[in-house]
Amino acid sequence: MPKKECIAMLLAGGQGSRLGILTKKLAKPAVPFGGKYRIIDFTLSNCSNSGIDTVGVLTQYQPMTLNSYIGIGNPWDLDRHQGGVSVLPPYVRQDGGEWYKGTANAIYQNFDFIAQYDPEYVLVLSGDHIYKMDYSRILRFHKEKGAAVTIAVIRVPWEETHRFGIMNTDDEDRIIEFQEKPKQAKSNLASMGVYIFNWGVLKRYLEEDEKNPNSSHDFGKDVIPAMLAQGEPMYAYPFSGYWKDVGTVESLWEANMDLLEEVPPLNLNDPDWKIYAVNPSYPPQYISATARVHRSIVTEGCAVFGEVEHSVLFLGSYVAPGARVVDSVIMPGARIEEDAVVERAIIGENTVVKSGAYVGCPDGEGWMMIDRNAAGITVVEGNIVVPANLRLARGAVVSVTQWQEFPEERIS
Amino acid sequence: MASLMGIINLHEPEERIRELTRHRSLAAVPFGGRYRLIDFTLSNMVNAGIRNVGILLSDKYGALLDHLKNGKEWDLDRRKDGLFLLPPASHHSGGQVAGDIPNFLHNLDYILKSRQEYVIISGSNMICNMDYRDVLDYHLAKKADITVVYSETAGLAKCPPYTNVVTDGDNRVTDMAVNPRTPNGDKASLNMYIMAKELLVDIIDHCASRGREDFLRDGIIAQLDSLAVYGYPYRGYVGEINSLQNYYKHSMELLNPAVWQELFFRSGLIHTKVKHEAPVRYLEGAVVKNSIIANGCVIEGTVENSILFRGVHVQKGAVVRDSIVMQKSQIGPNVLLQYAILDKDVQVSEGKHLIGDSNYPIVIHKRARL
Repeated sequence: MPKKECIAMLLAGGQGSRLGILTKKLAKPAVPFGGKYRIIDFTLSNCSNSGIDTVGVLTQYQPMTLNSYIGIGNPWDLDRHQGGVSVLPPYVRQDGGEWYKGTANAIYQNFDFIAQYDPEYVLVLSGDHIYKMDYSRILRFHKEKGAAVTIAVIRVPWEETHRFGIMNTDDEDRIIEFQEKPKQAKSNLASMGVYIFNWGVLKRYLEEDEKNPNSSHDFGKDVIPAMLAQGEPMYAYPFSGYWKDVGTVESLWEANMDLLEEVPPLNLNDPDWKIYAVNPSYPPQYISATARVHRSIVTEGCAVFGEVEHSVLFLGSYVAPGARVVDSVIMPGARIEEDAVVERAIIGENTVVKSGAYVGCPDGEGWMMIDRNAAGITVVEGNIVVPANLRLARGAVVSVTQWQEFPEERIS
Repeated sequence: MASLMGIINLHEPEERIRELTRHRSLAAVPFGGRYRLIDFTLSNMVNAGIRNVGILLSDKYGALLDHLKNGKEWDLDRRKDGLFLLPPASHHSGGQVAGDIPNFLHNLDYILKSRQEYVIISGSNMICNMDYRDVLDYHLAKKADITVVYSETAGLAKCPPYTNVVTDGDNRVTDMAVNPRTPNGDKASLNMYIMAKELLVDIIDHCASRGREDFLRDGIIAQLDSLAVYGYPYRGYVGEINSLQNYYKHSMELLNPAVWQELFFRSGLIHTKVKHEAPVRYLEGAVVKNSIIANGCVIEGTVENSILFRGVHVQKGAVVRDSIVMQKSQIGPNVLLQYAILDKDVQVSEGKHLIGDSNYPIVIHKRARL
């Protein structure tokens, strides 16, 4: 293999357990987003648009959808003779082999993959975030600073700092302190889960981390603090665009709603920074004479006969005459039948809401409910049928396949 | 299934659709929001399991080559077989030849070395979603030498250019005529023929060696007595694009959900070049009725009974009615379009009114600035 200056390792093995039924059968990076994308399209497109042509995608949890989606990487222009995209699941070695124990261990187990390209730098990414970023800029920053590692950071509201890895920096952007999910943050610069390491440094620290029996083998918890303790030159690259961790039902819903702004904070229409996705060859959408579509995004293969207000309609979904979809996310292939109402909800792939049903009804019942969403977003799992005329309670999390008697006290 | 290859013959009449074929072949005319005409025939072939497709190019094929590339979008980037772009023959003087036989002859090697036993030959301008496997089964059941696909229901025989087909009670073709003044019955050929590859080679040789240049007239019609030619009745939706009026009419028929459903989902999906456009954004002020909208569009105005291709922007106060707006065209604020066809990348500035006639839409050529 010819030498590559910088290759990317994309961590895509996470379950995304806080997305609940939305990640029952697929890994978080494979969750549909924004009408035609999956979450991982953003990082893969960023790589492609930044000129990074070698990407290892580390998978572990429910990889089938992700594997077949990524394929040989053609939509992202990552089907290359030299490099391109490689899916890297855990594997068995002569001495046994094991699951990925943490983010750092996942990279450690793929040292051979990295070494074959003999890179100067390794870009470690997470497949969980929605953002557009030119990685060539952070690479330039990294080189100019002479850093051992550079971590991309973004300012977050102070009241949310407890959810993030927080960097405390000096005037030169050098990281002087790192707080993982602090109660009392000293800065509001949060790590975006985008790291550039010098390959030699990464190799050394991961080998040391691997020997440490007390380590959880996680970049944020173990590797970064260890590097800081050793006085390595570590820099924070300030990023100021849109960046969203869509790790919860609420944030996934919100990030979809963000796209509906008059001037959306994330521009998907930029011809110079396209977000690529697998294309299923569906026809352009049909909007009927009886339809009303307003402040919404709708994609190929959709047929709309009813009303769609402030919502995101994914590939091939259908809204029947008299149906009304408001403040909702309708995943690929879902059908909203005659006179049904869907309000403030996420409807899973290929689910059918039968005629007259009301999903997200303020005084509705808790049909097949396995949980209640605190933010009042009703979530209906994929591939099920919501019966006609059912009044489904606002905030219900519905799973026919996981449903058991739901404890009464949790409904109220 | 017997092995079948496909040949798409782009020697097609363009005289009546010059407005859209000045800079491109008929096969490359944009259609239906995100397609070019050839996508339908090509996808039908691929969806029928055909893995070897030769395209007999005619003139002005630049846009078409850019569209087809290596055939990847149709899954025709194959090591064995795949997509073959077959250059046209030319006279020594450098001009185009008159008939299509010289183009077949020019590419005889490709036909001879193809391994398939049967071949389906089609033009590029029939908009339909047809399962060619049914046609092949019919061909084999009839023990036909040639099977010609025709439609009785599409009314094609009423709008020339067309080829009239006359059959007997067993659907054997007894007569065919190109553009007769008075058609005999309603059967019009869809310009699709299935035959054994060996027979195609014989026809090419027979015509070429006698200085005859027209595949249909000299190769098929002249031999109706000696060959068993059968008609396959196609009863699905079909639109032949051979004039500007037909182009407009069949485009508008896509707004019928039953046609939309049949054409795009029936026996397989229609594949085309992918442009990676974002979903359509309907902003404050968007009013869209009975329209087909392709990805990448941004709509702030009114769109009724219209087809918008990828990346069209309809600004505030603009009204687009009964119109076709091709890729990347920009409709400025308070513009009124009615019965208009805007070719690619047209910009209409604020307040302009462009109104054609329902029987004769006005065409604004590519990259025009108004």
